[in-house]
Amino acid sequence: MTVILKTEGLNKVFRQGGLMRSRQIKALNDVNITVEGDKPVVISVVGESGSGKTTLAKTLLRLEAPSSGRATVYDTVVTDTRSLGKRAFLGLVQPIFQNPFEAFSRYRPIDAYLLETATRVANLSGGAAEAAVADTLRSVGLDYAEVRGKYTNQFSGGELQRVSVARALIPQPKLIVADEPVSMIDASRRMIIINLFKKLRDEAGRSFLYITHDLATAYYISDYIVVMSKGQVVEFGAARDVMNNPQHAYTRLLLDSIPTTRSRWRQRAVPTAS
Amino acid sequence: MITLNDLKIGYRIGSRVIKAVDGITLTIPDGCIVGVAGESGCGKSTLMKAIYGDIRSPMSLLGGDISYGMNGADGRPVTTANIQKEWFRSVSYIPQSSMNSLNPVIRIRDQFIDFPGTDRNKSRVLERAREHLGKLGLPAETMESYPHQLSGGMRQRVMIALATFFEPALIIADEPTTALDVVVQKEILMLLMDVQERMGNTILVVSHDMGVHYQTTDKMLIMYAGRVVEYGDTESVFADPQHAYTRMLIDSLPTIGDDSMRGVLASLAGAGGDRAFRVEPELIEVKPNHFVARPSLGEVAA
Amino acid sequence: MTATTVSEPAGTARSASRDSWAWLINTRLAVGFVIVSIFTLGAFILPLFAPADPSVQSTYMKNMPLTAAHLLGTNSLGQDIFWLLVFSIRNSLILGGIVAVGVTIISTIVGLSAGFIGGNFEWFVMLVVDTFITIPLLPLLIMLGALIRANQAFLVLAIIIFGWAWAARTVRSMALSLREREFINMARFSGANTIQILAREIFPYVTAYMLVNFINTMLFAINTEATLAVIGVSRVEIPTLGSIVFWALNYNALFTGNYVWIIAPIVATIALFLGLFLLSTGFNQAFANRRGVL
Repeated sequence: MTVILKTEGLNKVFRQGGLMRSRQIKALNDVNITVEGDKPVVISVVGESGSGKTTLAKTLLRLEAPSSGRATVYDTVVTDTRSLGKRAFLGLVQPIFQNPFEAFSRYRPIDAYLLETATRVANLSGGAAEAAVADTLRSVGLDYAEVRGKYTNQFSGGELQRVSVARALIPQPKLIVADEPVSMIDASRRMIIINLFKKLRDEAGRSFLYITHDLATAYYISDYIVVMSKGQVVEFGAARDVMNNPQHAYTRLLLDSIPTTRSRWRQRAVPTAS
Repeated sequence: MITLNDLKIGYRIGSRVIKAVDGITLTIPDGCIVGVAGESGCGKSTLMKAIYGDIRSPMSLLGGDISYGMNGADGRPVTTANIQKEWFRSVSYIPQSSMNSLNPVIRIRDQFIDFPGTDRNKSRVLERAREHLGKLGLPAETMESYPHQLSGGMRQRVMIALATFFEPALIIADEPTTALDVVVQKEILMLLMDVQERMGNTILVVSHDMGVHYQTTDKMLIMYAGRVVEYGDTESVFADPQHAYTRMLIDSLPTIGDDSMRGVLASLAGAGGDRAFRVEPELIEVKPNHFVARPSLGEVAA
Repeated sequence: MTATTVSEPAGTARSASRDSWAWLINTRLAVGFVIVSIFTLGAFILPLFAPADPSVQSTYMKNMPLTAAHLLGTNSLGQDIFWLLVFSIRNSLILGGIVAVGVTIISTIVGLSAGFIGGNFEWFVMLVVDTFITIPLLPLLIMLGALIRANQAFLVLAIIIFGWAWAARTVRSMALSLREREFINMARFSGANTIQILAREIFPYVTAYMLVNFINTMLFAINTEATLAVIGVSRVEIPTLGSIVFWALNYNALFTGNYVWIIAPIVATIALFLGLFLLSTGFNQAFANRRGVL
């Protein structure tokens, strides 16, 4: 059984303040998660702001170094920069960030990033690189000819996010860490991206770490769910189990707060004719 | 009762005019919460600004009018021209990310005093403010705090307090909970419903989240490309959506416990291009209190 | 919020902005550009037609009035004022240009690397930058000038050495804020190394500032040189805007009635400065408009 994701005693402390007084903020507080398996999975990390879910993503992406503890992705320890070089790491873990409008520089055509990933990370050249870019764009529903040479202001948020996904796919990473990938996209367009993740897991064999505050979409695609609050893991398990049978009070509170379209929180008087 | 009469609002950018609201005719009754739904760019924020009366360059009224069915402080009927005087009195606006609209260098209690149209008697104003904040679930210390000392949810409550201080007949809330966590969102939405029940006024809520609409609103307004696609009682709209766009919006919302495939309609919509949902401006009553617009056939470029 | 439909489906990407250069045009920029162009073209083309080297004294009769042969007359040293002015504008522009190039290159490299790399490197570099910022240029140059008869090259070098620090600080703070933006991470995960990120991702965002700073530095350099020349610290045999004034003052042009001698360089300096200033603020305005509209 492969260890898909494992964090052992992961801690991250931020110091806030100046020379005299400083506060310590425990963004990650002894986070221990283990997910093993042989098939690709979608693991969701849900929580509100300040829960530590973004810090967890950053730690796995090496954008932050943990204060202590370590993390393993697909049997490889990612938090150790000495044993796992940059090239190898980039071929293992790739990100999708929250803000599609900030994901690409205003001054560069967006396919430049894809070609760069193909040549520098996936070590392809010339025709092979272009083919890889065309392939991944096709798998997210975009045509390379429509993307080539265009700049970020010529696309919608949803399209930009799909291009980000395509770029992340090029080096064929085992794990894609998506940090709130749909929160800045219109609610009605979110499912296009979410369904894309599902498809990529099933057809292309990619695992996802989906960071979100939206439990409904988490429920929809996850195999496993990690519920975080104030830097700690409060609940963890198979998605269906956690959502349908929450054990922790906080999970229950979260589930209770979601505005669903099934039953109303409060019955309202039927309005009079307009 | 607010009546929109073939309302057309546009933005003048250079020599071009971009139509944001393209012919809306409908009546919004008193005493209910009306939800306005639609994607970014459909014109809902522009419509809210127009109803609030904040029509400033480059925005301009291209045609039609709004009548508010109420009299202002001077006894004369409120119209788009004189509605500015009613701001924060009979009409209030809670903008997007409004929690960041509080003046960061003055305390909350001073925000109330700073307010246009307040009493000369400061201590009376402060007393009323404290009481008002209390009713919205804020502890007394809030008055003495600076905005940055409060959480996002608390700041939003303060914004709602400021907006409801004079018990306005109309409150417009543009994405009031979008920037908030889901637990706080529920608290704020319940609060808004409380306020409406107590004051009996009309609240217009803009949100892209259909779940929020279902939970809080009595009537729903669905907009697309500057026109109204569907308008009716919330129960009716959700139970039996008449227009394809409404169906797509509802379908895009995955529900916990529901394992069905979602977002299919959205993908199909993508294939049809952005003309897929364009409609004519007239609304036809297809069920009691449930209106829908006809799809437009030929289209003149907007 | 404009109403252009943002949520468009796949494939129908919008065309590139049609008015690509229209945003650049505004009154200030146009006027400034015209003025500077006139000076530059005049300063570099006219010398080709000069009848003689204007810096050589006693070429002509002294203190001649304005005639067709001597458009601005001659001065007490027997030099043709018009040609003197043309050559001095050329020299001032060259000096300003070289200094601006030097300062821009150094400040950009130092500022970008300090801001982006951070850590101890940044700490050390900013220490150096701050030291240079606090050293007052003019008094230093005056002192040096009193000790050594500074030639042009020395002057250029001195102004560069003491002029780059201020811009470096600004570029560094720009780099600091750019460092946090998401597309930098995107570039990292696309395999780019630090140099590539600095050059391809960050650099384009500072070019607007660099352009404005270039023009301002030119202004600063010409101004400094002119000041030094007027007080006689630099090599005043070489015609520059400041040196004409120096000689005019020394020969009491105002008393001898040769007003043109002293007024011409002053008017030329003011006009050139005005042109450069309008050009600089014109660009600033254009960039600001573009940021606002886009």
